[in-house]
Amino acid sequence: MLYDVTIDGKNYRLDLNHAEGRWSCRLDGRDLEVDAVLARPDVLSLRIENMAYEIKLERGANDLYLWVGDARFAAEVRDPRSLRGRTRAGDDHGPRKIVAPMPGKVVRLMVREGNEVEPGAGVAVVEAMKMQNEIKSPKKGTIRKILVREGSTVNAGDVLAIVE
Amino acid sequence: MFQRMFKKILIANRGEIAVRVLRACHEMGIAAAVVYSDVDRASPHVRKADEAYPIGAAAASESYLNIPKILDVAKRSGADAIHPGYGFLSENAKFAQACADAGVKFIGPTAAAMEAMGSKTRARQAMEKAGVPFVPGTSRGVESFEEAEQVAAKIGYPVMLKAAAGGGGKGMRLVDSPEQLKSSLEAARSEAERSFGDREVYIEKAIVNPRHIEMQVLADEHGNTVYLGERECSLQRRHQKVMEEAPSPIVDADMRRRMGEVAVRVAQAAAYTNAGTVEFLVDEKKNFYFLEMNTRLQVEHPVTELITGLDLVHLQIRIAAGEKLPFAQKDVSIRGHAIECRIYAEDPDNNYFPSPGKITLLLEPAGPGIRIDSGMYEGWNVPIDYDPLLAKLIGYGNDREQAIARLTRALSEYFVGGIKTNISLFRRILHDGDFRGARLDTGFLERMLKRTEDKRVDSREAEVAALAGGMFAALGSTATSGPYVTGSASTTVDANASKWKEASRREALR
Repeated sequence: MLYDVTIDGKNYRLDLNHAEGRWSCRLDGRDLEVDAVLARPDVLSLRIENMAYEIKLERGANDLYLWVGDARFAAEVRDPRSLRGRTRAGDDHGPRKIVAPMPGKVVRLMVREGNEVEPGAGVAVVEAMKMQNEIKSPKKGTIRKILVREGSTVNAGDVLAIVE
Repeated sequence: MFQRMFKKILIANRGEIAVRVLRACHEMGIAAAVVYSDVDRASPHVRKADEAYPIGAAAASESYLNIPKILDVAKRSGADAIHPGYGFLSENAKFAQACADAGVKFIGPTAAAMEAMGSKTRARQAMEKAGVPFVPGTSRGVESFEEAEQVAAKIGYPVMLKAAAGGGGKGMRLVDSPEQLKSSLEAARSEAERSFGDREVYIEKAIVNPRHIEMQVLADEHGNTVYLGERECSLQRRHQKVMEEAPSPIVDADMRRRMGEVAVRVAQAAAYTNAGTVEFLVDEKKNFYFLEMNTRLQVEHPVTELITGLDLVHLQIRIAAGEKLPFAQKDVSIRGHAIECRIYAEDPDNNYFPSPGKITLLLEPAGPGIRIDSGMYEGWNVPIDYDPLLAKLIGYGNDREQAIARLTRALSEYFVGGIKTNISLFRRILHDGDFRGARLDTGFLERMLKRTEDKRVDSREAEVAALAGGMFAALGSTATSGPYVTGSASTTVDANASKWKEASRREALR
């Protein structure tokens, strides 16, 4: 299997084959001997030429991280054969979702549909654990749609509004 | 001598402190009853209790702050005492009085002692009589802007405005110059009104970059009061403590005795009983000023327990049952060093905003010199309704260096997945040169957070991460508790998942 992996902004090409409990790995053209044990879901124990590593997988509402010991790396894993994997880009055109970064309650909406917003403008206030957090627009544009109401309970990753 | 010990204690709290008190009850052979709100049925304190009573909706006013409901449970359960923990009703004099009226022992000070301490201005008047050192300022609330102006000019800027009924940094404003006074006074008053239902605000000289050091006291109901040493609590963010240690690196035996004696005088002036904490501000010349008394068990009590070898909750219960203190001041000795990290459900990448949710992975440290007082478990959903404190990690060693080494080691073993926590913050603090050199003050943390973290990327570890990322993706759904790893790992897509959901998940992996 072929993967494009981005770790803290750096790209790696990884060719992995897994058969009968053994892995063969090729990372950016180099062959590596790796012995892997899944200790439990989200925890991988790796041995790479007798060096031992414990890797933990952390998943957020909008992101994925891998911990190697104490070090945390922002990670993105794509299948290069998938078209969708390639179409993603951080471009500023087109609609962007404004999502709740954590579960909470929408206590205030600061915009209405059709409003023009600047980047960093407050869109909604979400309250959790007695703290209020202003959710800001990621870009300049028009609020196309608002998907929550004041008083709505939201989960991490829920779309609050769409700005275009 | 025969003592009448409680048979059943009702714990009017939740989270790690409810578990802490539960453990003490069980160690003492006392049955533990708890109350819980609608969102706390699966919380650890309910799982570990002997009896558990639902008391209503998530909002604290409907449950953990609802005096009639809690007293009703005390009656129904036949509890002979109530432990309030910290927060919620722990410093509510009306509640302490209502317990007394209902014939249930409140494990804490009397309502009268609480009232004397509850209002900062009234406490100050009583303490001034007892010769307790204060930061220059008013001992009562300011009536008008004009009065505030005069007082501030007299004691000199910068000044601090504080809510008389306050705590936790609410209703507090630092004023650097006369021009800011009016708007700050308005803001402090309205915040005080909103938070405590009381607009009273007083003025003090602001001690710039002070240390915050507090003294634990314990008083029985027979007139004996002792101090159990200090805690250094200077590491704060937005006036909330983040990390505490005992003893304070700057307090020597003589200063400890002087602070301790003042703390005992403070307690005695209010006829205080049970466990309490006297807070001091300490300036650069090690002058200490009385700040306030907290009339409850503190979050950070474990550091004192570790260096004194005492169990404060056992002692609280024994004192409330009418026992005499089983030791005298001369028997109290301090050994070693302890540091506590408050593990909060907070997102370090999002300005430490609370991050409740489901805990999908929990790896807890153990081993020499490590204590964890936790209120969470893997699979539990951290509710959005309460304080974000999840657990306390405490490291103990022969000296400060060993405590730091053990804590650093333990933090590398600690992992909470599914929600964000501030664990990484403690790694940063423990590696900080000023922290290691014990150069601490209440501005330390804000300053540290302003500096950009020098993140050394180990290219070998980055490669290991790349490899692991691919493996998680290749292993598919069995390898992870979440949906899946790659944007296109078709093997694990739930057939029922809508396109919308799929797209949002894919987006989550960018």
